[in-house]
Amino acid sequence: MTTTAIFLVAILVLGFLITFQIAKASEYVSVLKGEKKSMEQSNRINGFLMIVFLVVGLIGVWYCNELFYKKTLLPFPSASEHGEKIDLMLWITIIITGIVFFLTQILLFWFAYKYQHNPKKKAFFFAHSTKLEIIWTTVPAITLCILVGFGIFYWFQITGEAPDNAMRVEVTGKQFGWIFRYPGKDNTFGKKYFRNIDEQNSNELGLIWEDPASHDDVVLSQTMVVAKGTPLKLIINSRDVIHDVGLPHFRLKMDAVPGTPTTLWFTPLYTTEEMKKITGNPEFEYEIACDQMCGNGHYSMKGIIKVVTQADFVLWRAQQKAAYSAITPKAEPAAADTTAKATALLIRK
Amino acid sequence: MSHEAALHGHSEVISHDAHHDEHHVHHHKETFISKYVFSMDHKTIAKQFLISGMIWALIGGLMSVLFRLQLGYPDQSFPFLEDILGRWAKGGRISAENYYALVTMHGTVLVFFVLTGGLSGTFANFLIPLQIGARDMASPFLNMLSYWFFFGASIVMISSLFVQTGPFSGGWTAYPPLSALGEASPGSKVGMDLWITAMALFVVSSLLGGLNYISTVLNMRTKGMSMTRLPLTIWALFFTAVLGVLSFPVLLSGFILLLFDRHAGTSFYLSDIFISGVGPMDHEGGSAILFQHLFWFLGHPEVYIILLPAMGMASEILSVNSRKPIFGYMAMVGSLFAIAILAFLVWAHHMFVTGLNPFLGSVFVLLTLLIAVPSAIKVFNWLTTLWRANIRFTPGMLFALGFVSLFISGGLTGIFLGNSTLDITLHDTYFVIAHFHIVMGVSAFFGMFAGIYHWYPKMYGRYLNNTMAYIHFWVTLAGAYLIFWPMHYEGLAGMPRRYMDYSNWESFKQFAELNKFISTVAMIVFAVQILFVFNFFYSIWKGRKVTTQNPWESNTLEWTTPIRPGHGNWPGEIPEVHRWAYDYSKDGRDFIPQNEPIGPDETTPH
Repeated sequence: MTTTAIFLVAILVLGFLITFQIAKASEYVSVLKGEKKSMEQSNRINGFLMIVFLVVGLIGVWYCNELFYKKTLLPFPSASEHGEKIDLMLWITIIITGIVFFLTQILLFWFAYKYQHNPKKKAFFFAHSTKLEIIWTTVPAITLCILVGFGIFYWFQITGEAPDNAMRVEVTGKQFGWIFRYPGKDNTFGKKYFRNIDEQNSNELGLIWEDPASHDDVVLSQTMVVAKGTPLKLIINSRDVIHDVGLPHFRLKMDAVPGTPTTLWFTPLYTTEEMKKITGNPEFEYEIACDQMCGNGHYSMKGIIKVVTQADFVLWRAQQKAAYSAITPKAEPAAADTTAKATALLIRK
Repeated sequence: MSHEAALHGHSEVISHDAHHDEHHVHHHKETFISKYVFSMDHKTIAKQFLISGMIWALIGGLMSVLFRLQLGYPDQSFPFLEDILGRWAKGGRISAENYYALVTMHGTVLVFFVLTGGLSGTFANFLIPLQIGARDMASPFLNMLSYWFFFGASIVMISSLFVQTGPFSGGWTAYPPLSALGEASPGSKVGMDLWITAMALFVVSSLLGGLNYISTVLNMRTKGMSMTRLPLTIWALFFTAVLGVLSFPVLLSGFILLLFDRHAGTSFYLSDIFISGVGPMDHEGGSAILFQHLFWFLGHPEVYIILLPAMGMASEILSVNSRKPIFGYMAMVGSLFAIAILAFLVWAHHMFVTGLNPFLGSVFVLLTLLIAVPSAIKVFNWLTTLWRANIRFTPGMLFALGFVSLFISGGLTGIFLGNSTLDITLHDTYFVIAHFHIVMGVSAFFGMFAGIYHWYPKMYGRYLNNTMAYIHFWVTLAGAYLIFWPMHYEGLAGMPRRYMDYSNWESFKQFAELNKFISTVAMIVFAVQILFVFNFFYSIWKGRKVTTQNPWESNTLEWTTPIRPGHGNWPGEIPEVHRWAYDYSKDGRDFIPQNEPIGPDETTPH
């Protein structure tokens, strides 16, 4: 490997030397030829390269799209209703900015090529034109108003209150993983305090056992399960530094800030199994990616959201044990058993 | 105010035949130290900033090459890295700790030390006195201090690379609690104290410089140089200085609170923190988001602190080499002004997904997208400047054209990210990396390169080698697009930034080949920058000599000074200004310098 490195450095140095010699030589040649003539020559070359760059660049834009479009999220439907609105907004913006992009880049490189120095011509003294300037102040302003209008309209829908029937799950980030908490039958999260956190005694969140509401709370790590079609409200916390619940397939994300809970709600549209078929990837998972730099393990901070059907969810939920049961092994099993039986009956009906 | 105030006792009598002659006529002897080290000549200070900035750019660029190596080839090890970097790359692989240290330092170095210190420091110092017709800055002494604070900041920042627990590694934005708690990350121990110290020194340097630039532009313009006759470079540098003076103190206050949280037991930013393996922290009641408000109140104007000088220089260079006046001068000044105002009103668009009140978010969407209007005006005015021009592709002109192209590409993606609805999905993905590297990273670099190529003859009395310049330009432009354009697609796949390895992610691992490709191009582009640096230093001593006073046939005042101006710039009287800076191809004349009186039958005098 060291020899390869030396070899590479040698090539690099040689490349520099050759470039340098050519550059020096061409400078001498231009002095001999006369400054004016060599300037005209290099001007023609650079002018030509402008149009070459434009054409190759446009082909490159197309080719890049050909290669990578299918690897983005866009060919597949969004996994949440909110995501569908975001996708629509994205397309509106892509179309408007795309038009401006092609128009201005083509003009830029075309003008550079077309109006390259010509000793016979004189430039046109054109210092300002109120009419033109008004046009390109108002047209962008109106276009941006449209984008702002759509943007804010969707923004309020997405950030608005979750529906009352939304299922609530608390998500807590820590270095470097995720903890999920479901409220029990009482549909209330028990109180917690960070000084109560006791990892040895399975109290990762610092639940206050004196609060009875905490007794049926279910605490899980790394994977959470939710039901398709049920609005889901995430209550997001962090235990240490700022993290971010990044949900690329749902097109959503929200920071997890220690001391300041945040929320996010959406309705999952496809189960994980359905999404495997849609994407054609049998390994597909809804991954939670931490999107805020949180320390040296940031890149490995992964969680999974398993979206299942309503029926499967009820079944799964019934099997979960409350965190309190780990503390008091005697008290819990009976309660858990009865709920499991009851829900199993419900499903059979 | 009279320009007499600007005179130094000795400056009127400087001979311009050769700068060595200064020794004969000076009242006091210039030693090597006073001439090249603790110099108070704005031109020397500009060169000090430029060369320091270039050294920083090489360090920062090399850092990016190293972490791109990891990103492109996560499954390979490079034993030679251990030979070069020692414990940073044990077994030829960059560890997570060092990967994040490299990413953080790359950001800090390039944003602050290269594109703020190196760019503003160089061109504000060099161009303001020369283009407004002053002998030096309002306070040459403060100006010298400004550089030496910058130098001190550099030393402290460099030294943080060598401490046992490593340099700061929590990202250049330094969000607490990560940056506040050594327990949360080894980089947040001594490394972070050094980082804050270096940044505090940097802020001092920036303020000393900025106050000087503002007072010089306002008070020391030569006779006839009204504000509306200033070249656009000066307007841009002026607004840049105003932005810096108003926003850097806020950053400093944010850092001081952070320092208190770190060492004095306060809880400005900290609350409810439990660190695995350590236990609960004492802090309670603070808000981590407060820091982000303070940081981005500088952080966003900072983007324009980086970009405005590039805009100003590109405007000037486009006009000179198009042989046409800049189109819509007043609109250009107005849009600079609008950008400078709006720069202060958009900071929370970096915080749409922090749990910000949605209504507040919507206000910031509106204000953010408003910036697109002055930006659009500028782009269309540049395009119109090129229309029916007579373009000379000097290296400076090529980079100015490249700047416009990159500014358009990067600016348009800003319309995506400024829209909160889209930011929900694009925030902190590679789309953001692509956006800001194009619009403020590479395009500001292009503005800087344009400036260096254009004013190098004035700085050193020699030209840079053209062939190397052309290679530098075309490879860098193509390389910049090859590196950053495909990153938009990674962002549209939701690929998060600041990950050192994507191979365990089902959602992001499809880009392994692309990451390899980007890393390879990044190395090539970096090699070409070394070629530029070589060209720069080689040409100082061996470049083709400048033989005419005004090699680009430009209108501005710096070209009325001797080829190698001494301290004081003009050997005799400072020229008087009679017109704006953009009378190119007017009344059948190729160019009319600013110091030429208005002729009897001239059309539309300015």
